[in-house]
Amino acid sequence: MTVIRTSRLSLRFRPRALVVGAGAALLAAGLGLVAVGSGDYPMSAADVLRTLTGGGTPAEQFIVHELRLPRLVTALLVGAALSLAGTVFQSLVRNPLGSPDILGFTQGASAGALVVIVLGGSSLALAGAAVVGGLATGLVIYALAWRRGVHGFRLILVGIGISAILTGVNGYLLTRAPLMDAARAVLWLTGSLDGRGWANAGPLLAVTAVLAPLLLIGCAPALRMMELGDDTASALGVPVRRLRLLLLAAAVLLVSFAAAAAGPVSFVALVAPHVAKRLTRAPGPNLVPSMTVGAALLVGADLLAQRAFTGHQLPVGVVTGVIGGGYLVWLLAMERRAGRL
Amino acid sequence: MALLGVVLLLSIAVGAKSMPLGDVWSGLLHRDATEYAVVHRMRLPRTLLGLIAGAALGVAGAVMQALTRNPLADPGLLGINAGASAAVATAAAFLGVTAIGGYVWFALLGAAVVTALVYAVGGGRGATPARLALAGAALNATLYSYVSAVMLLDTASLERLRFWTVGSLASADSATVTRVLPFILVGLLVALGAARPLNALALGDDAARALGARPALIRAAVIVAVTLLCGAATAACGPIVFVGLLVPHLVRALTGPDLRWLLPYCAVLAPVLLLGADVLGRVLGRPGELQVGMVTAVLGGPLFLWLVTRGRVAHP
Repeated sequence: MTVIRTSRLSLRFRPRALVVGAGAALLAAGLGLVAVGSGDYPMSAADVLRTLTGGGTPAEQFIVHELRLPRLVTALLVGAALSLAGTVFQSLVRNPLGSPDILGFTQGASAGALVVIVLGGSSLALAGAAVVGGLATGLVIYALAWRRGVHGFRLILVGIGISAILTGVNGYLLTRAPLMDAARAVLWLTGSLDGRGWANAGPLLAVTAVLAPLLLIGCAPALRMMELGDDTASALGVPVRRLRLLLLAAAVLLVSFAAAAAGPVSFVALVAPHVAKRLTRAPGPNLVPSMTVGAALLVGADLLAQRAFTGHQLPVGVVTGVIGGGYLVWLLAMERRAGRL
Repeated sequence: MALLGVVLLLSIAVGAKSMPLGDVWSGLLHRDATEYAVVHRMRLPRTLLGLIAGAALGVAGAVMQALTRNPLADPGLLGINAGASAAVATAAAFLGVTAIGGYVWFALLGAAVVTALVYAVGGGRGATPARLALAGAALNATLYSYVSAVMLLDTASLERLRFWTVGSLASADSATVTRVLPFILVGLLVALGAARPLNALALGDDAARALGARPALIRAAVIVAVTLLCGAATAACGPIVFVGLLVPHLVRALTGPDLRWLLPYCAVLAPVLLLGADVLGRVLGRPGELQVGMVTAVLGGPLFLWLVTRGRVAHP
């Protein structure tokens, strides 16, 4: 823990967390350069940088600015938003498994999107429906879990119940669709960055730009205190109930908009905060390192998904699902061995 | 029993072409009646499948709740049915298995692996209901993301599996029934045989040993029974949630916690619920039908939420 003091301001930070955050951001940028440079029309890193700063041929301009950059920006934003939301959830329910995949928020967003796919609608309507579905699920879970305040474990259990119901509903919606639409729906449900343009990145960028500073600057210290328990936090002057509602709303918004942009990419929200925590070795929520690690993770996974099998592009959700699933099984075994489960 | 009889008749009678009960009777008994074909080829196998699958899921839920001492244990919630699904999806997509005969073995394998895993995670000391449910939900999420990845890579298996993964009795024919029946019968017998020692086990390992039970053997027997019951039921009708959770809780209100009474009642009432849900799905979904897995999820979910919010589940 290092403290910088000037006459009017004091700033506390952990050097290790700073290094991890910056390192992950650099990694994300590097992977992004590779992602923009590779493809059917390969470009060197120097070419990419020149094109980004305004040089390059018109063809390169088009490829970078219209095709590859939006995809990269969407990947960065989705990764950052999901892992930020995941960190907040895990901290709120005080459980390393409390991610939106398991609590049912992503299933809610999926249900909204599936309704649009089955009834037929534009991609804008689909994104809107995903946001509405995620928010509605968040409201229902909060209302059911609320009884003289929200208890972490009741929130988890209610989330599991809602998510089981929604999984049934989603499966049913999938059988209602004609085969072509069903294939599109499964692709969407897995989470994919194929063909994402600025229209997908825009809304998520706006939401993240508002909510990330709010969470990082406004709520991080209070969130750390809430991990000590509601009573202690109240004694330290944290308005626990109001803050919890605010944090939940912010996290659900982030998840819903991320799902609207790229589909419910699984396990990023679960894994990225864990990786960040292991790297920083800091107690409490690591909001900034989690964001950068999440962004790097998703860009890396997307790169892998595009290039791993030549001539056959996988959606990014398959890669994160496999990585995250393997990690989850390992985590369960470790938790078990440590006697925490 | 009487309730079961009523639901059985209803399940045969209600459908895309509904018929009065008199016709059902003549269709059942008289070979030359016009209803004979409908009743014997379609409605009867479906009803039988609902009967055995329901019994399997209900009893599996009850013994799991007893074994893990966990009121939230359910083959669906803990990921056992999902494990069977994942194995079936693998078989269908990569190994070219398309028939129920092949599905069964893979489903059993998947169910066995997940049962062992869940038991390893949740069976020991210090495991609370909520944590076990959370571990199960995590496994479920992993396995479903795998299943959807498989469906995505192979459109042919998407077409075949998307109906199956909801949980449905619609694909039932007599071959399916005869194929899974032996597994379920053996599983039921093992579970019923384990009822008495499981009662003793509820007192704790030491007391059970003093009463002449062998804890390790009982646990192994129950795991085998759960695997057989869940694997076979899932192979035949896809993953169905909440039946294994809902029925034992309802039955316990009637019989109390004694498994010697609880298990037979579950075996009778679980099919009532499953067939009732199936009939409801056919009535509500006219002219098509709602898959039974969806109906049980929507019916059972609120009960789960009620259990949780009423504080019946001990907090860790």
